[in-house]
Amino acid sequence: MTAEVIMPATITPGAERSLKNSVSLAQTLSNSFAMAWRGLLKIKRTPEQLFDVTFQPILLTVMFTYIFGGAIAGTPEDYLPFIVPGILVQTVVMTSVVTGVQLREDMTKGVFDRFRSLPIARVAPLAGALLADTVRYAIASLVTFVTAVVMGYRPAGGVTGVLLASVLVIVCAWSLSWIFAFFGVIARSAAAVQGISLMILFPLTFLSNAFVPVDTLPGWLEWFVRLNPVSHLVTAARDLTMTGTAGVGVWFALLGAAAVVTVFAPLTVRAYMRKA
Amino acid sequence: MSIRSNDQAVEADGLVKSFGDVRAVDGIDLRVATGSVYGVLGPNGAGKTTMISMLATLAPPDEGTARVFGHDVRREPQVVRQLIGLTGQYASLDEALSGAENLVLFCRLQGLRPAAARRKAAELLEEFGLTDAARKPVTQYSGGMRRRLDLAASLIAQPPLIFLDEPTTGLDPRTRAQMWATIRRLVATGSTVLLTTQYLDEADQLADRIAVIDHGRVVAEGTTDELKASVGASSLQLHVDEVGDLDDAASVLERVLGVRPTVTHESKRLTAPMQDADRVGELLAALRESRIRLTELSVSKPTLDEVFLTLTGHGVEPGRTDDRELADEADAAASVDLEGSRA
Repeated sequence: MTAEVIMPATITPGAERSLKNSVSLAQTLSNSFAMAWRGLLKIKRTPEQLFDVTFQPILLTVMFTYIFGGAIAGTPEDYLPFIVPGILVQTVVMTSVVTGVQLREDMTKGVFDRFRSLPIARVAPLAGALLADTVRYAIASLVTFVTAVVMGYRPAGGVTGVLLASVLVIVCAWSLSWIFAFFGVIARSAAAVQGISLMILFPLTFLSNAFVPVDTLPGWLEWFVRLNPVSHLVTAARDLTMTGTAGVGVWFALLGAAAVVTVFAPLTVRAYMRKA
Repeated sequence: MSIRSNDQAVEADGLVKSFGDVRAVDGIDLRVATGSVYGVLGPNGAGKTTMISMLATLAPPDEGTARVFGHDVRREPQVVRQLIGLTGQYASLDEALSGAENLVLFCRLQGLRPAAARRKAAELLEEFGLTDAARKPVTQYSGGMRRRLDLAASLIAQPPLIFLDEPTTGLDPRTRAQMWATIRRLVATGSTVLLTTQYLDEADQLADRIAVIDHGRVVAEGTTDELKASVGASSLQLHVDEVGDLDDAASVLERVLGVRPTVTHESKRLTAPMQDADRVGELLAALRESRIRLTELSVSKPTLDEVFLTLTGHGVEPGRTDDRELADEADAAASVDLEGSRA
């Protein structure tokens, strides 16, 4: 702040500016991408927040394969094609909670005051956060498959099947993150968001066909597991990785994802706009 | 556009904002002329930050209207946002990012392309002496560096009106003087500045007009000279030996100086504004004639406390919850409501 540096000559007076009170779609997109860029920078600055998408899939894949492999499929190697899509779904779906937790933290920070005083699309910070988090899902998918391949996983569906399964799971997790973003907007603390979200996700991901064949379960539980949308997603991911073709489960999963977004996107945006 | 009167940068009428039972802003009228520096002086919790957040479209007023260059903050918030820059009391920066990244982000949000955003950010960093710290995360910045970066971020779009909410609170004297120099250069470029402060000398140094606010109301308004005249150029404090002498001393003082002093019985003290410190001799002579014994006498520049004492009849009350905490409480209450309505 040296005195000899001169500020830009003069400022255009308020009266001589032509201004609009609305935000165009192009500007909304541009603002959202800028916010997504901010999200990526934050991930880069604090890589420790990627622990959940890097170490958790490694841990789960190794642990579950060797613990349950012998009992369920005879050998751990035979269990891999069955469990890898299950772990993929569980890890990525669990990761979608982070969106809500971080949004809550973010909204209490001083920088939000500046966002609110700028002539930008109100929804941009929310849209940006949701967009940046797809990168986390992609990392989780990649780590899961690489770990499995190292352990001897050779999916019959080939690279195409694996890629399609990843995209499907990422799309579904993104849809679910709208639910957690909604909690993030209305809850009072980040810890509360985490608590509510995990309470919902634990039963949903474990009471599914992710780790065990459904026909080994008692009747009442089998009924729930068959109904559970997570089971449909796991089945769809298995079809893609095992055969490389899209079974009927894929369409169920996409339909479910669309339904969640249809319900929660407007809810979340409305609650968010009221606070932002 | 030409029909609108634009000689006023800010016109606020009857602004009210309550948080629960507390009326943080309780009917404020304000006129800020284009091209001027307007100081809003008041203690913590007087409602300064709440007032700024209404003018800057962060919070809608409960009652009253506010216009920025003729644009209503409630009806045309997006227009108002294109005309203002906000530098908050709590620097509004992204702590996780570096100084340069913060500026690039805000440039991008204001529609600059990546290359132009990086250029503009580098320019601003240079101008505010932050080039060396550009790549450090903001968490490692000192208080003064944060304020400078925050101010730089407010200037990206070269807004014609800048809100500075307590720009120097908590800064050391040297950094404060640097900040003042920056604000003066800003004014020279034609910006209108609305500044809040707890320090009388800051308002005195920078502002053309000052509004003194207390408990959400404007208690005095005028040019710095007018305000000082009402408080006195300096402030006189007398302590008498005997409580019984207080009233006599007060009448002697009123006769000699022509103003009524404020009497504090517990500390046997008289306080009065003084236009001319030389008259203290006359006063002492008059007091000796009346055989009133003094234990202590001092003449000093008026402090904010004395300005308040004179203008409101009570001093600055410490320990009142500040605006931001009130706002947070209200926010928390709103969350409870939302959760309740969901269930």
